[in-house]
Amino acid sequence: MPVDLTEVRKLFFEESFENLDVMESSLLDLEVETVDQELINSIFRAAHSIKGGAGIFKFDHVTDFAHAAETLLDEMRNEEHLITQSLIDLLLRSVDVLRMMLSALQEAGTYDFQEAQACQNELQRALKNQSESEYDKTAQSLSPFAANPQVTEIPQSVTTEESKALATNPGWHILFKPDLSMLKTGNDPINLFRELAQLGDLEVKVDTSQMPALPDLDPQLCYLNWELILHGDVARAEIDEIFEWVEDECELQITSLEPPSEQVEVSPIAPSYDAGDAAIEPVSSKQDTVVQETKAETGLQESEVVTEKESVSETETSVEAVVETDASEGVSESDTEPEVSDTQAVVETAVFVDEKATSTPDIPAPIKTPEVQKGAAEGVSHHALEATSNSIRVNIDKIDSLINMVGELVITQSMLDQIGENFDSSRITHLRDGLAQLERNSRELQENVMRIRMLPISYSFNRFPRLVHDLSAKFGKKIELKLSGEQTELDKTVLEKMSDPLVHLVRNALDHGIEMPEQRRAAGKSETGELHLHAFHQGGNIIIQINDDGAGFDLDKIRAKAIEKGFLNYDEHPSQEQLYDLIFQPGFSTVSQVTDVSGRGVGMDVVRRNIRALGGSIEVKSQRGKGSTFTIRLPLTLAILDGQLVRVGEEIYILSLLSIIESLRIKTELVNSFAGFAEVYRLRDEYIPILRLYDLFGITPTSRKLEHGLLVIVEGDGQKMGLFVDELLSQQQIVIKSLESNYKKVEGLSGATILGDGSVALILDVAGLIHLFQSQIKAPHTRFHFLSGVRYER
Amino acid sequence: MTDYNILISDDSVAMRQMLTLTLSDASYNVTEANDGKQALELAKSQSFDLIITDVNMPLLDGLSLVRELRALPEYQFKPILLLTTETDPEKKKKAKTVGATGWIIKPFDPDKLLAAIRKVLR
Repeated sequence: MPVDLTEVRKLFFEESFENLDVMESSLLDLEVETVDQELINSIFRAAHSIKGGAGIFKFDHVTDFAHAAETLLDEMRNEEHLITQSLIDLLLRSVDVLRMMLSALQEAGTYDFQEAQACQNELQRALKNQSESEYDKTAQSLSPFAANPQVTEIPQSVTTEESKALATNPGWHILFKPDLSMLKTGNDPINLFRELAQLGDLEVKVDTSQMPALPDLDPQLCYLNWELILHGDVARAEIDEIFEWVEDECELQITSLEPPSEQVEVSPIAPSYDAGDAAIEPVSSKQDTVVQETKAETGLQESEVVTEKESVSETETSVEAVVETDASEGVSESDTEPEVSDTQAVVETAVFVDEKATSTPDIPAPIKTPEVQKGAAEGVSHHALEATSNSIRVNIDKIDSLINMVGELVITQSMLDQIGENFDSSRITHLRDGLAQLERNSRELQENVMRIRMLPISYSFNRFPRLVHDLSAKFGKKIELKLSGEQTELDKTVLEKMSDPLVHLVRNALDHGIEMPEQRRAAGKSETGELHLHAFHQGGNIIIQINDDGAGFDLDKIRAKAIEKGFLNYDEHPSQEQLYDLIFQPGFSTVSQVTDVSGRGVGMDVVRRNIRALGGSIEVKSQRGKGSTFTIRLPLTLAILDGQLVRVGEEIYILSLLSIIESLRIKTELVNSFAGFAEVYRLRDEYIPILRLYDLFGITPTSRKLEHGLLVIVEGDGQKMGLFVDELLSQQQIVIKSLESNYKKVEGLSGATILGDGSVALILDVAGLIHLFQSQIKAPHTRFHFLSGVRYER
Repeated sequence: MTDYNILISDDSVAMRQMLTLTLSDASYNVTEANDGKQALELAKSQSFDLIITDVNMPLLDGLSLVRELRALPEYQFKPILLLTTETDPEKKKKAKTVGATGWIIKPFDPDKLLAAIRKVLR
């Protein structure tokens, strides 16, 4: 069967990781000693799906493992277990193991087999019903791709000797007596016979002796019995497989035609008609009369008549299919007669002919394009984000609104067309309206397109319940995690890159922020600490707050540490904010004790660098004994920025509005020159180095005199700098085009954009410029001020 | 070439995809439902010749789905197969008591799936 499984495989992994997330979060919601059926069910279902999917790809170990977990969950569901923390932890560990196995399989890598085995053993030990662990063996024999299709259950067990004896079996004698109600489960004897006929030559004899008198006849019941003789060397298992679904709804006797010594005693209910074709004749003639009488007397539906006559098919369609007439649905009653005879013909054919000729299901058909997955609308996989493939699952609503938007755009365009066709000055207001509408349309379209890249922050937040659970257990702290604003959407790339910084901040808060229960009690607080992750929109930015009600920062300690590390002089008395800012300096850590969770010194500076690389910022507010709040401010998207256009000579450059602190006209008396390398501007109590952009880019400015131009104070990488430009132009949204992918990376530039008039403008990268400036002036590395700017001794 | 309409119901996208690929490759018309409830609604709104359903599904599980379907005149006699990983005979018996035609053991080999379907459709 040429089925391409690549796509299915991808889906399987995506879905399995989603299922693992479900398992994990549901496990965390489980409460000790409470059997929450709903919750356990959802965990069970997730494990079950993974097991089912893993089977498709023959990930046997995953299948076995998931089976063990599933069995345990099944027992939990049936209240065979007390829900204990250790049981929950064991299952959480299983989730980890499954995740490890699946990630390894996804990337064709290897995983810690021993850990997996150890965990699986533990799961099996936890089981009440130990015999279930036999599954492994069963699973092997059940492997669907096994060359020999072994049926696990054989109704009348066949011993090995028998099987051997049957190897040269000339055929089988089958007595098949369906229960009256067999048709009600949708099983159709004629289909079974057809399958049998595929195995060898089949003789079919019908016993109509059980047929009641017409008034008593219930058209929905099956009154017929059959005697079948299958000629050919056919394995017993193959026959059993065909009758597998009906074995409980019929009396079935299967005996080998040969070794008479082995003959199973003939059933007492065996039909007592003469063998051979003769049996068929009376049957069919009787059927015909039945049909007519039924029609005349009871006016039953034609399909039902067929059913009772043949006792094989409950709907006309299935009869038609067997007969292979091309009649479409809704055969009229007048068609009944020919159909009946056709059906008989088939029954007769089946007696003598191997039906292979009529079975042509194997003609390869072109694979149809798989239907668009309805599930795709449901959400986006967290793991899809991490997967190497750069795909994104988009909520169907977003696509719909996009299509809507385009529709409106088209309407606006045709409206403008109309105005343009016979244009005169009287229509200028229409034109203006049209243009305003166009602007609105394109802005909305832009916003909607941006939304496609947006994912709810819950994809990042969702990992924290587990992290907090694990870490609080590790530290022996009691912590309650609160999440809010999880539906706040963030650019996919931003979200991915924020993942590590957030984990770091949460770990820090757990490790250093929230105190041990006894300390908290002593401080008059509740033993359970609270950690709150909150996301929300604020003026075109996304704000993420990480708030804990722990000990807060000890400013004296920070100060002491800063002096010790040389960030600060003894005589300096910086403000609170400036002190808090120190914790983001490289190599600064107030923690005396390094744990394996946090405090390794590669901390907050990396966090801040990552956030800044995204065009965001981070600040901290803290109150001793009350807790701390980290506030991260991020741009909505990386593809568009709010830009300030500045002019230097003939050129236009763009600065991110976020990086601009202020712009001012230069007072020359506040400029200090330092021979050889730099000019600085004294702004209030700071000294800001001046960078003449025309110098850096080698262009001719309108004026070289500082007092004729403007100084734009920008901040990047924690340092301030004044950029000397000729003029400030407008502010507008800038679509960022990568310089790197179109040309090459240029230090000091973060990209380019195309302006309204079609010209290209370069976007300045403030942090890069500062870097460039420092290396250009080659100043002896002047000591940087703790907060910002450069301090020069006067 | 067949004119048969098959409804498949499974909450796993991968499993549905697998079924759809296999079945549409064999020229069956396939309609997908991602839970029992959706399957029931689809079954009410159009006519299917065969329904293949998972057992463990949200909203409405497979066994209940079979029970509900059997109560509808349209599906009183139609074949309904359960997709199951249960190898336990007791569970299979349960499938029969609610009125399922038969079962397909997950994971399935595509050829065996088609063979199983041939037992109830042609």
